[in-house]
Amino acid sequence: MKSFSLSRIGLRIATGLVLAFIYLPLAVVLMYAFNASGTNAWPPSGFTLKWFGEAAANTGLQQAFLTSIACALGATLIALLLGLLISIAVSRYHFFGRESISFVILLPIALPGIVTGMALSTTFASLSVPLGILTVIVGHATFCVVLVYNNAIARLRRTSRSFEEASADLGAHTFQTFRYVTFPSIRSALLAGALLAFALSFDEVIVTIFTAGGVKTLPIWIFQSFRLANQVPLVNVAGVVAIMLSVIPVYLATRLTADAGGVAGTRT
Amino acid sequence: MTAASPPAPVPGPTASVPAGRPSPGRRLATWLHRHPRSRLGLILLLPLLWLVVAYLGSLGVLFLNAFWSRDPFTSLVVRQFTLDNFTELFTTEVYRVVTLRTVTMALVVTATCIVIAFPIAYYMARVASRRTRGLMVVAVVMPLWASYLIKAYSWRLILADQGVLDWALKPLGLTGPGYGDIAVWLVFVYLWLPYMILPIYAGLERIPSSLLEASSDLGGRGWITFRRVILPLSIPAVAAGSIFTFSLTLGDYIVPGLVSTTQFIGNVIFVNVAQNLPLAAAFALVPLAIMLLYLFIVRRFGAFDAL
Repeated sequence: MKSFSLSRIGLRIATGLVLAFIYLPLAVVLMYAFNASGTNAWPPSGFTLKWFGEAAANTGLQQAFLTSIACALGATLIALLLGLLISIAVSRYHFFGRESISFVILLPIALPGIVTGMALSTTFASLSVPLGILTVIVGHATFCVVLVYNNAIARLRRTSRSFEEASADLGAHTFQTFRYVTFPSIRSALLAGALLAFALSFDEVIVTIFTAGGVKTLPIWIFQSFRLANQVPLVNVAGVVAIMLSVIPVYLATRLTADAGGVAGTRT
Repeated sequence: MTAASPPAPVPGPTASVPAGRPSPGRRLATWLHRHPRSRLGLILLLPLLWLVVAYLGSLGVLFLNAFWSRDPFTSLVVRQFTLDNFTELFTTEVYRVVTLRTVTMALVVTATCIVIAFPIAYYMARVASRRTRGLMVVAVVMPLWASYLIKAYSWRLILADQGVLDWALKPLGLTGPGYGDIAVWLVFVYLWLPYMILPIYAGLERIPSSLLEASSDLGGRGWITFRRVILPLSIPAVAAGSIFTFSLTLGDYIVPGLVSTTQFIGNVIFVNVAQNLPLAAAFALVPLAIMLLYLFIVRRFGAFDAL
């Protein structure tokens, strides 16, 4: 393909600018986390690590962090189970409504968060379920299922059913076939889906606000501390931690699926 | 079978068929094997209970609420069918203004994302080497997942009075836009940009090189090939990306609250959740209806085939 070198240079510059636009704001938060002065005045006055120590010692922040981990783990486990079950049913069986099921799974993530959040909180209220960590997990699991499902179904569609039939012919029963044939072939896809689910749940704000009641997850803590001047350095540190804890799982997930079709949303 | 399956499963000695009296697990497995419908039922039971009964049920509850009302004295929800909420929504000026403002913002954000995403997506798909391409996909995907709240917050820092942007523009004698509608637009574009880059990249990558060669053989110069071949072929991908940028802007209320004082649909809904739930539920149907209409339109451009 021939293209003018001038337009090629222009394209390169535009690409560089967009990447800078994407990464500079993240770099700003990172720099503030090491800012000696503890205010959000720019430019930073010096380098310090003390806010990381203070953040680690802050009980409110600790609690929020642990709550977020617990919610993300709970939501991921449920999403794994539900996503796995649906992907097996859709890829290995024919049944009425099979096409619409993938639409229903997508719905919680496609609809605006405020709609899902309101729907769940209204339902919890009318069933008089007390809001707390469990309701947060239920909310998160609902929109995390699609991530596990997408990864698992992509892998299941590529693995031939004949392996499972061969296993059955060799005398393995249903559970053995799952354990020794189906599961090993989709293990890395499940792990990738689980990592994405964890990252998504760890970050989620809107549905969490509606389902948390008094419980504070890390994003809720950050959200409530934005405007408090004395919390500023801790918010910056929490921001760096939040970025890391979502970016690292996603990076691992991309690596896990890099040679086998890519993560949901990326085509490699 | 060991050669082809990706991570070769190695059935250990435990996999051998046990002899003698079958265990309860084995009996259950045999029963399941003989009854595929029951097996499917057991597999689907939990997911269907969760997604169809619990989730769709909740949406149904929300929908019902839109047709109920709030007792002005007790503030309790009156469970009696009424269209009052919708009458209020359609006759009160402020709801129309807010809806119009939100839709305009969503359209402007979408248009901006298309303009910014196209060059980088084009570079990734058609110019960059294979290796660079892989790295760039990761570079675009990762920030997509980085904390939404922190990304919005970082713009609060950047756009603050005497903040990063003011500092950077000072030598030029300029100041940043500060907090306000322009800030909201900027932050939305920033947040949703990767959602536009990825589908366009995938769409451009799928265009067969032979088409571009044919165009140049027929005398189409670079720009003509771009305008008459590449651009029309990328429309489904652009439409697919626009679903995300449009929908996400339509429902968001955190960003406007962080970098402006302007009210968008999300803000109005959120404020009303505590005060008048039925009205909030009715107003929540507005972005839902707009989104359905939008999906209906972009489907004609082939958006669903490019998702």
